[in-house]
Order: sequence, then structure tokens, then C-alpha cells
Amino acid sequence: MGQIKGKYGKYGGQYVPEVLMPALEELEEGYERYKNDPEFLAELDHYLQDFAGRKTPLYFARNLSKKYGSKIYLKREDLVHGGAHKLNNAIGQALLAKYMGKTRLIAETGAGQHGTATAMAGANLGLETIVYMGAKDVKRQQMNAYRMELMGTKVVPVETGSRTLKDAINEAFRDWVTNVGNTHYLMGSVVGPHPYPVIVRDFQSVIGREVKGQILQKEGRMPDSIIACAGGGSNAMGIFYPFIEDKEVKLIAVEAGGKSLKCTEKAALHSASLCAGEEGILHGARTKVLQDKNGQILESESVSAGLDYSGVGPELAYLSESGRVTARYATDDEAVEAFHELSRLEGIIPALESSHALAYLKKSSEAGELGEVVVVNLSGRGDKDLETVLSLRGGI
Amino acid sequence: MERQKISEKFSELRERKEGALICYVMAGDPSAKKTEEIVKALVNGGADIIELGFPFSDPVADGPTIQVAGQRALSAGMDTQRYFELIKTLDVGIPLVCMTYYNPVFRYGVEKFVEKAADAGISGLIVPDIPVEEAADLKSSCEKHGLDLIFLIAPTTTEGRVRKILERGSGFLYLVSRLGVTGAREDVSSSTRELLSRVETGLPKAVGFGISTGKQAAEVREAGADAVIVGSAFVKIIEEGKDVNERLEALASELKSGIRRAS
Repeated sequence: MGQIKGKYGKYGGQYVPEVLMPALEELEEGYERYKNDPEFLAELDHYLQDFAGRKTPLYFARNLSKKYGSKIYLKREDLVHGGAHKLNNAIGQALLAKYMGKTRLIAETGAGQHGTATAMAGANLGLETIVYMGAKDVKRQQMNAYRMELMGTKVVPVETGSRTLKDAINEAFRDWVTNVGNTHYLMGSVVGPHPYPVIVRDFQSVIGREVKGQILQKEGRMPDSIIACAGGGSNAMGIFYPFIEDKEVKLIAVEAGGKSLKCTEKAALHSASLCAGEEGILHGARTKVLQDKNGQILESESVSAGLDYSGVGPELAYLSESGRVTARYATDDEAVEAFHELSRLEGIIPALESSHALAYLKKSSEAGELGEVVVVNLSGRGDKDLETVLSLRGGI
Repeated sequence: MERQKISEKFSELRERKEGALICYVMAGDPSAKKTEEIVKALVNGGADIIELGFPFSDPVADGPTIQVAGQRALSAGMDTQRYFELIKTLDVGIPLVCMTYYNPVFRYGVEKFVEKAADAGISGLIVPDIPVEEAADLKSSCEKHGLDLIFLIAPTTTEGRVRKILERGSGFLYLVSRLGVTGAREDVSSSTRELLSRVETGLPKAVGFGISTGKQAAEVREAGADAVIVGSAFVKIIEEGKDVNERLEALASELKSGIRRAS
């Protein structure tokens, strides 16, 4: 894998304006310098344990297991401080930025989970923090925007384009191009130019490393399959990566199938880049992208803002194409159904993102795909999505 | 009309000891028909080279003015096929340069895109989101079809990277006058002077990003630039939609006199 630095087969690379190239070189050097530095790692460990609340439990979901006829474990990233796996990466990168002498963090956010995690890390580490958020997302995730502001972060609503995540990313890139000297762009997923996909994957790999130890302890063996939702793919890469070499473990990435896998002229009705995208270049990397025949990026769609993105991490594109990761999708309706199901069966309200992974339990158990021991990455909690789900149901 | 190569244009200007005015507008904004008139107006005003943007939905190196222009062009139906047809119909003798992002080129097929561009009469290509490290395919296609591949150099570009870029660039060098995205600004930054003196090359040096007046153009020329690139200021006039051709011609003419004054 990664024959050339920053490449995963033909995917990955660095497709950015010249002005950013030195910043990427500096970031790569910084990361190489600190990633094995005992002081850095000890500090990161301290934050992960005492601030983020790691390690998170691997919870045996008894009722869900009964229903689907497998032993289903949930990796409880919903219990990470802030309610999602996002903090693993945000705290890692914020700390790295600080070690590198940066004073300012910028980030973009879709659902608001990454923005919130960045706001937490920025406040705690004393870094000025600015978060770009599509105006449409600010509206559908008002409480998250407010949470960020409470922690001293400036939330900038982005009014250009489709007013969602991809536009927020464009805007964050512009800020970075302008303020590259003192600013770290805290990328929220395993997307973007090298070295971001590596950095984010490494910081999120704590999920998979913990699962490995925990499942051995509980089951005395590797799981048969691991299921994770994938928008950009950071929770998926985080839980998959430590299992890549364990070929007997089936890795399943579940994308947002939205209303259907079809496209109109200007927009996709889904966010399933692995399942239905084409090779292209978006936000600094060669990967699978939702685009039209002229190479214009299509707007994506999903009931869950966190999966609503027109691209996917390049390493995930590579792993999916090489067959190591199986890419599947769940529609909005299936995800919402799974959202309700987990809430009722286990007393855990999952994020709509994670609900896509859960939705796949039904499909895959019908197809007999699962095997005996299954881990689902519960990437976040659903409190932020209550309003969305409530509006879909037309009230209580 | 036979179109000049970029190098021919610059040697002609060098003989006259004159700096070049490079004008950027978005193809198809607000329509292909209007673009023909716009290009004519710019040429009448004194444009030496015209960069015709091919719109991309997610232009990270551009500011909002050009992003919105791209959206207008896309809404008006600009696509790869129509872009090349438009270029063919433009009745101008000066070099035309295509500026776009890598995904439209990649999706169309790098080789095919460059071949069609050459057929249509494009002299050079600027793709701001492809650094030299990723540009091997594009470079070899451009060489094959006789197109110049124009690279950008930013104030942040290190010496090592400048060398790599000088080895691979042709036509002219696009020096980004300041950190940030495209868009008109008030002053000419000191980083422009520094960058101009730092980059030693036989290629013409063109400075862009943030230039909108004759006075700024003169300053940039005095600082040692061979060419001045202006985009957002023209695009704004097109966006406002009032007396467009007259105002474009007047602005081009103001910029060109600024450059001449300083020559």
C-alpha cells in the first residue's frame, strides 16, 4: 500500500494551489517529527484518557444480537467527550499544531461534530479557533453551532455554492491560503491532500486498536466483520486500519444512499462516492468523487449532515477498489429506521451517521454476510439529530 | 485569424520594450455569445493575452467573485464541448490561455483535453490546483500538442520548489503577488517586489492576484514584471451587467496605459 508517499495506488496525492505546498511540507515534517516523540505521545495520551474519556467500551448489544442472530458489539465512540469520535483527531491535530508553533486553528464542519471537537480542543489548548460551516448546516445543526460559540470559537456560515460541507471546505481552504503562516487547518476526515489522510487515520486508529484488545478479551478471537459508516470515512478508517492485515476480518463501509443512488443533472440524491462515484480530484486528493461528465462536482444528499459529502478518503477508495473493504450503502429511510431501532432495543440513541452502519445489520443479516461476531462502530450519539428525526416524523 | 504563440507575443512586446496585459474572464459568463463581445472589448482596450476560465464548481484558489462567475457560466450551460467551440469562434489573433482546475481536465481525459484545446487554438494552460509534482501527465500532453503549461509561484514557494517549477514551466510564470485567493484589492504588496527579485528566469514573469487599477499595474511593471494579470476587476464589471463592453474596454485601456507608462 502507498507505493509512493501519500499515494494509495492511484489515489491520494497533493492537488492544491502552490501557495499551500510549503504548508503541506511543513505539516508533514512536523508530523514525522512528533508522531513518535515520547513527550508528544504522553501528552496526547493524557488528553485522550482524561479529557476525551478513552478508552470507550466495546458494548455487547444483547437485544440487537438476538434480533439479527449474530453477536453484535458496539464500539461506543458516542461516549467520547462531545459525543463523537471526532475528538480523537481534533485533539491530536490541535496538539500537533501547538507543538509546531501555530496559534490559530481553522476547520470546517458538516454536522457540527468535527467543529465541536475542534472548538473543544482549541479552547482547551488555548488556540484561536474559527469554524466554517455551510449556512444550510448551521440551520439544521443550530445547537452545535451554539456549542462551538460557547467554547469561544467563531462560527462562519458559508453562503456560497450548495451551502453545505463541500463549500465550507472551499472556504476553509481560502482562509488557509491567506493565513498559512500562523494557521493550522484541522482537517476533520481522512480526506484532502497528503499528509492529511495519514494524520487523521493515525489519530483515529485508536478506535481499532482498542477494539482489537477488547474483542480478544471478550471473544478470544478476531471479529468476523466490522461495520462503519463512511462519508469522508474517518471513523471507518479509524476502526478498520488496525485490522487491514487481518484478512479474515470483513470490513464493511456503509455510505449514505440518501433517497436513491440516482442523480439529477446538478445533484446526486445520495452521498455514496465509493458505491457510485467516479475517479476524480476533489479538495486536494485523487479519489472517488460524485461528479458529472464534465468533471463538475455534484452536490450530495443525505439525511445526516456528517455523511453529506461529494468525495471520500483516498485510502478508503483504494481499499474498496482493491477489495479489502466492501462498500455498501443504506438509504435515508433505512438509517432512520435503524436510529429508532437501536434507541428502542438498547436504550442508545445513535447519530444518524452511525445509523447507516446499523441499518446495514438488517440487510447483511438477511444476506448472511455478517458471520458470528460483528463490531459496529457507533461513531457518535444522536442527540444532535433529534430535531431532524422529529421533523421527519412530523412531531411526537 | 491565426493566433500567436505566447512566446511570439512576448518577443514582440520586448522589442517594443512594453509590458503585457493579461486579462482573465470566465468563458460563458453570462453566456457564450456575450463572451465573444467581452473578448473583443478586452482586445480593443489593449489586452495582449486573454485567459479564458473554464468554470469549475469548487474553485479553491479563487475568491468569491470568480466562483460566482463560474456558477453563472455553468448555469448558462457552459461545458467542455461548448468551451472548445467558443474558443474556435473567437476572432482574435492574440494568444488565448485556458485556466481551469484539474478535475474537469482529468475527467475529460488529460490527453484528449489538451489535444482539443490545441485544435481550438489555445496556446497555454493554467491549472492552479496541480503542483509540479502531480503534473507529469499534463506536461507531456502539453509538450506533445505544443501548449505552454504555466505554473504559479507564490510568496510561500521555497527556493527548492522555485527551481522545480522553473524546470517545468513554459510560456510565462504566474507569480502570485500575495497570500490569499484571487480578488481585487487596494494596494500592491511588498511581497510582489520580493518575489520578482527572488525568481530568476528567462521566462516572462507575470504578476497576478489583487490588481485592478492602472496605477497598480504601473507599480507592478516598475517592480520588474513582464506582464500584469487582471481578472476579478473585469469579472465584477460583467457581474454588474451595466455598459459591460464599454467599461471592460476602458479598464483594459487604463491598465495597458499604466503598464506602458512604466515601460
